[in-house]
Amino acid sequence: MSLFWSDPNAIRPYEAPPPGHVAGSKLEIALRAGQFAVTAEMNPPDSADPADVFEAAKPLADVAHAINATDASGANCHMSSIGICALLTRMGHGTVYQISCRDRNRIAIQGDVLGAAAMGVKNVLCLTGDDVGAGDQPGAKPVFDLDSLTLIRTIRTMRDQGVFLSGRKITKPPKLFIGAAENPCVDPVEWRPERLAKKVEAGAEFIQTNYIFDMPRFEAFMARVRDLGLEKRVFILPGVGPLASGKAARWMRSNVPGIHIPDAVVERMEKAANPGDEGRRICVELIQQIREVKGVAGVHVMAYRREHLVADILREAGVARDERAENAQL
Amino acid sequence: MYRVRLFATRHSRAFEWIYQRLETVFVALDPLFRRLGYNRVERVVAVPERWVKSFLFDCKMCGQCVLSSTGMACPMNCPKQLRNGPCGGVRPGGYCEVKPQMRCVWTEAWEGASRMKHGERIAEVLPPVDRRLEGSSAWLRASREKARPEEAATDKARAALAQAFPRARVLEPSAAPLAEEPPRAVNRGEGS
Repeated sequence: MSLFWSDPNAIRPYEAPPPGHVAGSKLEIALRAGQFAVTAEMNPPDSADPADVFEAAKPLADVAHAINATDASGANCHMSSIGICALLTRMGHGTVYQISCRDRNRIAIQGDVLGAAAMGVKNVLCLTGDDVGAGDQPGAKPVFDLDSLTLIRTIRTMRDQGVFLSGRKITKPPKLFIGAAENPCVDPVEWRPERLAKKVEAGAEFIQTNYIFDMPRFEAFMARVRDLGLEKRVFILPGVGPLASGKAARWMRSNVPGIHIPDAVVERMEKAANPGDEGRRICVELIQQIREVKGVAGVHVMAYRREHLVADILREAGVARDERAENAQL
Repeated sequence: MYRVRLFATRHSRAFEWIYQRLETVFVALDPLFRRLGYNRVERVVAVPERWVKSFLFDCKMCGQCVLSSTGMACPMNCPKQLRNGPCGGVRPGGYCEVKPQMRCVWTEAWEGASRMKHGERIAEVLPPVDRRLEGSSAWLRASREKARPEEAATDKARAALAQAFPRARVLEPSAAPLAEEPPRAVNRGEGS
């Protein structure tokens, strides 16, 4: 892998996805083939230097089917998701273009979806977005013109009907594998599976969840998901990540919206002689437990500022993606 | 008023019944409204509608009322104005991410829906709000749309939206309206 691109052919011409696929991304191909898929979230740089993007993606590029480029997550300003995706697709990496409804209206979003697809993006993740108050610029105007479900349906309409939401024709529709988020361990827990059903109804094809630290809650969620038959209609990738310390765990659950960490996990982190190792061990154990749950199609790793651990965590958990074997098959 | 609106979702089944009767009346009045002119009755209805619904539901007059599909909890009270369910940031106990002292509108909505006769309607995927219709009467819009649901759309963009959200068009036609809007019901342009 070279750190800089110079090949203009890296921009691919518009092409039809392989038969049986909506986009033909590495992620979609792996999931439809029944492989245990891995996606990983990248820490976006506060920089205009492409080398910083490649540096941040480096530990994830070979272990993940797709790298998630966050869209100002937690309402904190960083390099845009579309910029990161444009750079990474030129390097041949799979990306998940995250779109939050917080910062842009339907006009901007639909335009960006076309732009991203033209740059080679093949997976999108449709998000509502954290409130501006959670971020570094709480005085900003929150947009929320669409919500995550209308966003899913909008992209579905663009892709399958070949029209904008206004009905105007798109000459070459974006070929995208459409994802959505779910947060199984957060209130209202009893309605989370119904909300997932609604996202599937809207057109979601894969789901990446927020952090799972509470296995009983997650298993109850999945039991209901199976009752609704949703695991047959959508690929579910539960979210995991290594905690850095007990203090960090406490800070996260009280300051980052939508994160549920049970007391037992926090205490285990606080008692550990080496919290870093303990966080990593908990993450490995969670992946091993999660992969045994029926209806799980892969795992989504969010190792904020601990991206260097991801390869080892996946290997230890026994879910590492073997790129050489994949290439041999191709 | 916050406490009244919590009362409304707690008694969602009764309010659902009242709302259905009200809708039947408005649909039956469609011929009369047409004779008088929807534009002439727009303000006459919209003003008291605002009083009643503000008191009961903290209504924000989006003009595209979907209370029957949201457990009688007005989704426009969600700080993110989500029309299709809670965000991922709901606090423990079902409190709002943005306003921690307020119950999550969608937690309330789902509880309200579970008490209603047609609570399953909360599963519909609702279209985004048409911001031009803010301040207009949703009751008159429901009357226009439900009395003549087959009316051919004159506006291509509206037809496309209705097509993208087909179930919502059937169950909550004023969320994907097709009938021509009286000038006073549109808050931008000549009528305002």
